[in-house]
Amino acid sequence: MASYSTSEFKSGLKLMLDGDPCSIIENEFVKPGKGQAFNRVKLRNLKTGKVIERTFKSGDSLEGADVLDVTMQYIYSDGEFWHFMDPNTFDQKPAGADAVGDAKQWLKEEDMCEVTLYNGEPLSVSPPNFVELEITQTDPGVKGDTAGTGGKPATLSTGAVVRVPLFVQEGEVIKVDTRTGEYVGRIKN
Amino acid sequence: MNDASWRPGAALDALKARADLLRTVRAFFDARGVLEVSTPSLAAHAVSDEHIDAIEVPGHGWLQTSPEYHMKRLLAAGSGPIYQIARAFRDGEAGARHNPEFTLLEWYRPGFDLEALVDECLALLTPLCAAGAERHRFRALFREVTGLDPLTATAAALADRATGAGAPAGLSGPQAVDYLMATVVEPALDPAVITVVVDFPGWAAALAQTAGDDDGATVARRFEIYHRGLELANGYQELLDADEQARRFARDNEKRLAAGKRPMTPDPYLLDALRAGLPPCSGVALGLERLHMALSGAGRIDQVWPFPRDRA
Repeated sequence: MASYSTSEFKSGLKLMLDGDPCSIIENEFVKPGKGQAFNRVKLRNLKTGKVIERTFKSGDSLEGADVLDVTMQYIYSDGEFWHFMDPNTFDQKPAGADAVGDAKQWLKEEDMCEVTLYNGEPLSVSPPNFVELEITQTDPGVKGDTAGTGGKPATLSTGAVVRVPLFVQEGEVIKVDTRTGEYVGRIKN
Repeated sequence: MNDASWRPGAALDALKARADLLRTVRAFFDARGVLEVSTPSLAAHAVSDEHIDAIEVPGHGWLQTSPEYHMKRLLAAGSGPIYQIARAFRDGEAGARHNPEFTLLEWYRPGFDLEALVDECLALLTPLCAAGAERHRFRALFREVTGLDPLTATAAALADRATGAGAPAGLSGPQAVDYLMATVVEPALDPAVITVVVDFPGWAAALAQTAGDDDGATVARRFEIYHRGLELANGYQELLDADEQARRFARDNEKRLAAGKRPMTPDPYLLDALRAGLPPCSGVALGLERLHMALSGAGRIDQVWPFPRDRA
């Protein structure tokens, strides 16, 4: 893997720090007078999600991390692993619970996801920003309520629970924003 | 690429404010009988400073990191007091407060000692910034804020203090002082006043004269001016001794080599000009975009510079 000098640091760059792959969030250049320059860097540890702050002497370099974001199709889960397929190569990768994390409540078979691969293995999974899922359980709502005030909980086919307007019924398919976990609208058949 | 990326990043108001600032600066020097000059941005030689890297133009030489060498040649040739609003270029300096290409207002005053030049800087800045001024000596200010004497504390004590403030391990004494100055001392300054810091540590003399402090420690006849959290200007009582200048060039190159950087050929024209005789003088370089940022309250240089480097 190539190494990157501080002058190449920019947000999104993936680097190895203390043995873990990290992604730069912010890079601030500090230079006093005519003296030694420093880069104060905020990084996210891609394994743990923790944000780290570190200062480097300008000119220092760090090893790049073999991290790739790939669009892959979610195929199925065997209970222990969630399996993803590269639609171009048909290459399949199993992702463990740590890698899938909170994304699992939004995973519907055949949906396309962003899978972050580290040394070729899934490190994390981002679901599509919007998913369409069927409501498997919700209490009957009051007819005539269209304003959606208040709402009620609804359990989706993936097990996720979201608040939906009162008029939305069991068996309907709804659109959800996975970034906020909020109901967006009904999908009409 | 975004469709709007051809557009300037800075507001049109900022362009007008810059034009006003340039007019004010020219009127200030005109009234004081200081001659405006223009010197080359592209030249055969460039600075040898350990921490400043010039941008090479293959087949032509180097983009100048400041107009200092050329202006000193004018002074040695008898120009009298001169100023310049010059584009300067420094490799690798990019961030919220840095752009690799920027503008220096640089001026030289034959017959002025450091204090006289500080007075003139404040005569320019006090009305512009509508702020009062405070003067500090580097050593006392650093000691007051960090608890350590930058000139007599051990390198290990300075490095420990810097590491405690988030610095990487293994800094040399001067590197630790640089780090603490930028990250601990500067943020502790009152942003509402114009702060002048004089008499930097001797190792940071660059092209300034040095003098002995009360206890014999070497200090540089150098000042910096800060306002609203920004470093605005850097001035020297200028070194006149050509032999000492040649020794500093050689030392710079030793440090550059030790840091894995390419050594720079000392500028023979500058050394010859010093041998011919630079009149006793003081000079200062003020970052014009920084001043514009301080005046407008901008937090990023992009707000006062129409096209950021990735869209220029």
